[in-house]
Amino acid sequence: MSRGAPAAGAILRGAMGLVRQAALILLSLTILYPVYYVLSSSLKSRVEYAQSQVAPPRQPVLYNFVRVFGTPNFLRWFGNTLLLTVGTLLVSLASGCLAAYALSRMRFAGRRLVHNAIISLMVVPPIAMMIPLFVLFSRLNLVNTYSAVIVIYSGMLLPFCIYLLRSFFITLPEAMLDSARVDGCSNLAILVRIVLPLAKPVLFALLVVCALWVWNELLMALVFLQKERFRTLMVGLTLLKGRFSVDVPLLMAGMSGAIVPMILLYVFCQKYLVRGLVAGSLKE
Amino acid sequence: MNRSRKLEPYLYLLPAVLILAVVFLYPLVEVIRFSFLDLRAWPGTFVRLANYRVVLRDGRFYESLLHNVELLLTIPVMTFIALLVAVLLHEQVRGWRFYRSLLLVPYVVPIVAIGIAMSHFFKLHGGLNQLLELVGLGFLQRQWLVEANWALPSVAVVIVWRELGFGAVLFLARLGSMPEETLEAARLDGAGWWRRLWRIIAPELTTVIEFYVIINVIAMLSQIFPYVFVMTGGGPGYATWVTELYIYKQAFQFNMMGASAVVAVILLAITVAFIVLSFRYRERLGEQYE
Repeated sequence: MSRGAPAAGAILRGAMGLVRQAALILLSLTILYPVYYVLSSSLKSRVEYAQSQVAPPRQPVLYNFVRVFGTPNFLRWFGNTLLLTVGTLLVSLASGCLAAYALSRMRFAGRRLVHNAIISLMVVPPIAMMIPLFVLFSRLNLVNTYSAVIVIYSGMLLPFCIYLLRSFFITLPEAMLDSARVDGCSNLAILVRIVLPLAKPVLFALLVVCALWVWNELLMALVFLQKERFRTLMVGLTLLKGRFSVDVPLLMAGMSGAIVPMILLYVFCQKYLVRGLVAGSLKE
Repeated sequence: MNRSRKLEPYLYLLPAVLILAVVFLYPLVEVIRFSFLDLRAWPGTFVRLANYRVVLRDGRFYESLLHNVELLLTIPVMTFIALLVAVLLHEQVRGWRFYRSLLLVPYVVPIVAIGIAMSHFFKLHGGLNQLLELVGLGFLQRQWLVEANWALPSVAVVIVWRELGFGAVLFLARLGSMPEETLEAARLDGAGWWRRLWRIIAPELTTVIEFYVIINVIAMLSQIFPYVFVMTGGGPGYATWVTELYIYKQAFQFNMMGASAVVAVILLAITVAFIVLSFRYRERLGEQYE
């Protein structure tokens, strides 16, 4: 065998490797640039931002953050979003676990029908429900209450929660649950003491996916929480947009305030987010 | 005892079913009823098809719907790039774990925050035009969100930016569960990289690609409100109106709940029709494989 051929192969492989790295680096820059743009703009003074938006901040300043966090209600909006997140997670996970347990571990008439009906709700556009819900809740005087929005959010997340939890619950061996039943455990005890501890990774994945969804939600929050002090962070950001359209670095500091916590959450919970997203998609 | 045993499953279902009834069942029935009512004064008066006539004669409605359809064009782009990226990373090029982590960064960035930031980035004196100037492409500069022809594509770019990573992660996960022999055999066959991608890998991923396309069709038709709301507010003119924005504005700006309900019903019908068709298609596909 001549020595030329393998060498040419190696060069070709090396070149291919370079092309791949170049493509991936380009992709990474595209992914990171908008985030960098927001963060770097929020560290600039108005003068520096006016001079160049693309140059990195020469003299980074923090006062945009100080000022935006000091604007009336900004921290309150944070708190409101947090409250809605916790409330929604409690309601949707508790009711979701019970329903998923019944749908996977109990026999009853209509099980298939109920299951299919719930799963198909995942594709219903939220906007289709908005108007009747708004009319209903205004007649019940529940507009501008957190509980109304928690019910709506829980409802929107429940089909996914039930789907994901059920697809995990059915994988548990029947024999394990049977032995608990022989020991005299009630269904509720089995669910709480045996099934849920085993489901911890799934629950955590669900928690991350749902928290992200609530944090992001705009439409329902816009319509159902109209008073300034009830606003969520996302709706608050849209108000900032109008208020600080001439002080862009300040505005960007507000945006950073909403972006950074989510990126931090992602850094610590990446495994669970991926698991939640993928598990919801790959199982048929 | 026996009787309570029989009731038990329904008790477990009760909380979830109650919530779902309030959030889905009741509104879906009501929205159909609303579409036949003049709702300017509660409880509304029956006006037969008047709302439907209003909507079907409204140019803004067709324009909004057209924009949803145009946004479907992002799907082949996203699917193609996501597939490429997934295959690249699956070959475990140097640093693939790092790249894989980056993929979902846009997905965790709130749409509202990045949308507002990008609305400044796309301005006449914004970051994008400055970047273009910097790399010598200054002649491409324009008011991205102000020119009617460019506003929707600019919004679409942000959508692609944010939603692409999910596809890549999905495909990568599916590749990971693929038998290594399939790929190995193809490699030994001497099939080129490109050929391997289309002849062997893509067919293996059919189901997950279909899934990705289906959820994105639904998303482009009915879940892009936040993007347009914060980036353009529908403008310039009606250039970035989408059906969701139409529904929102008719209800809360023009006090036309009836017309709003009509479009909600139409959107619902489109989504249901699409889902039914795609399931039929998958069933047919399944038969062919069996």
